[in-house]
Amino acid sequence: MNKQNSMAKQPAIVVDNVSVLFNMNKEKVDNIKEYLIKLVTNKLHYNEFWALKNVSFTVEKGERLGVLGFNGAGKSTLLKTIAGVIKPTEGKVEAHGIIAPMLELGAGFDLNYSGRENIFLYGATMGYSRKFIQSKYDEIVEFSELGEFIESPVKNYSSGMRARLGFAIATAVQPQILILDEVLSVGDAKFRMKSEAKIRSMFDKGITVLFVSHNTNQVLNICDKAIILDHGKIIAQGDAKEVCALYDEMIAKK
Amino acid sequence: MTKYFKNFHKYRYLLYEIVRKNIKLQYRNSVLGVFWTFLQPLLTTLVLVAVFGGIFGSSRNYTTCYPIYLLCGRLIFEFFTQATKRAMRSITNSASVIKKVYVPKYIYPLSNILANFVTFIISLLVLVCFIVYFYFFTNQQPVVSSYIFLAPIPILILLILAIGVGMILATFSVFFKDIEYIYEVFCMLLFYMTPIFFHAGQLNASPIVGYAIKINPLYSITEMFRCCVLYGRMFTMNHLYYALGFSIAIFIVGFFIFYKKQDKFILHI
Repeated sequence: MNKQNSMAKQPAIVVDNVSVLFNMNKEKVDNIKEYLIKLVTNKLHYNEFWALKNVSFTVEKGERLGVLGFNGAGKSTLLKTIAGVIKPTEGKVEAHGIIAPMLELGAGFDLNYSGRENIFLYGATMGYSRKFIQSKYDEIVEFSELGEFIESPVKNYSSGMRARLGFAIATAVQPQILILDEVLSVGDAKFRMKSEAKIRSMFDKGITVLFVSHNTNQVLNICDKAIILDHGKIIAQGDAKEVCALYDEMIAKK
Repeated sequence: MTKYFKNFHKYRYLLYEIVRKNIKLQYRNSVLGVFWTFLQPLLTTLVLVAVFGGIFGSSRNYTTCYPIYLLCGRLIFEFFTQATKRAMRSITNSASVIKKVYVPKYIYPLSNILANFVTFIISLLVLVCFIVYFYFFTNQQPVVSSYIFLAPIPILILLILAIGVGMILATFSVFFKDIEYIYEVFCMLLFYMTPIFFHAGQLNASPIVGYAIKINPLYSITEMFRCCVLYGRMFTMNHLYYALGFSIAIFIVGFFIFYKKQDKFILHI
């Protein structure tokens, strides 16, 4: 116990030999009748599909890791596994600190609820207490630039307004680990600059970032390290510059 | 185990928020608002009294006050079916959140049942009005005694039962969409298998039907509840043991099945 406490630097995220298996049925069986017929006729075959296979890496506190890869390489599965949404079939994931998953901004919103009510609902979904959200409330409303619209139902919001509110809530809570899945393109140019500035200010506070993108320029801009995923395996990892150069080569070959 | 309690403690506010949301949204945009909670059981009970009052309500041997008898059964049955149906759909309805953010998934069926439970408790005010009205203004008086304070016991057993059944239904409906239709039919069967508008002793039914009614835990629960609020006497201990045992067993089975299958939800919703 003492040994652990005395360790000065604890990694923020440890992904240890993680594999995720999906059982994909060839045709979707979602009712009892089909299930029984297939069970009796012995047609209940599953396609085993490893979305991630033996993936291991460590992200130190304050590091910013870019995750590159083509479509279907397992990037989203990896982020969901780290966020705790998917449980790994093998291996384990450890994350130390509060994670703010910005996988899809505003995914937890209820459309019939007003913006104000959604701030509390979304905050609760992320596991915060009412008191804590109350203390951040003014900051969230101000950053989202919604003004008096905060009292109207979210179903009447434009997609930009929704994304702004989602971004404001996700960043107001001062997370220690930020998961960004191509969200730096929300809202108009003005808000985009503002949100980038906000994320940069969080970098200065030593936040750990996981950033998923296809765009090597964006990755170079934000990250200091990077990995490339291909068919569920890590094929390259290391310094962001080298890995991005490799990725650009891969794209050129395709 | 302490890990689970810690996690529950962390997310208890989410539970509260969803319960609040469900209640608020249920009555938003309706002119009468929360008044519907009273009006709906009142009106449906009036309909049932009008239809069945002549047939089942006339024999004094069985029922002290038929409208109250009916209202008790209807309130309990309605809570049970509404709450379990809401819980059944809760996981698929919250798919967008469950796919993106980590949340303890049992929060969703649980909060849907608790939201229904709150409106059920509010609707009990109708029962109070009924009791007061029939006690003072009619000759069909319900027996009001101190046993009325035991009424929370059957209500709590009912809640445990509903949570257990809700968990089981929520799990199965993720994998099989047709559970919804099957359960709809089952609820109709349950309506006739629970003495809501008739009395169990009144039926000259076959022994099988009589037996089917007796193994229904809702029968024990409604009987206990009626003893407390209508007959003003102690309920039979057998009803208590059976209903409590059944409900706790279903509760444990429900959480167990849910816990075993919850990691696979994400592949199916």
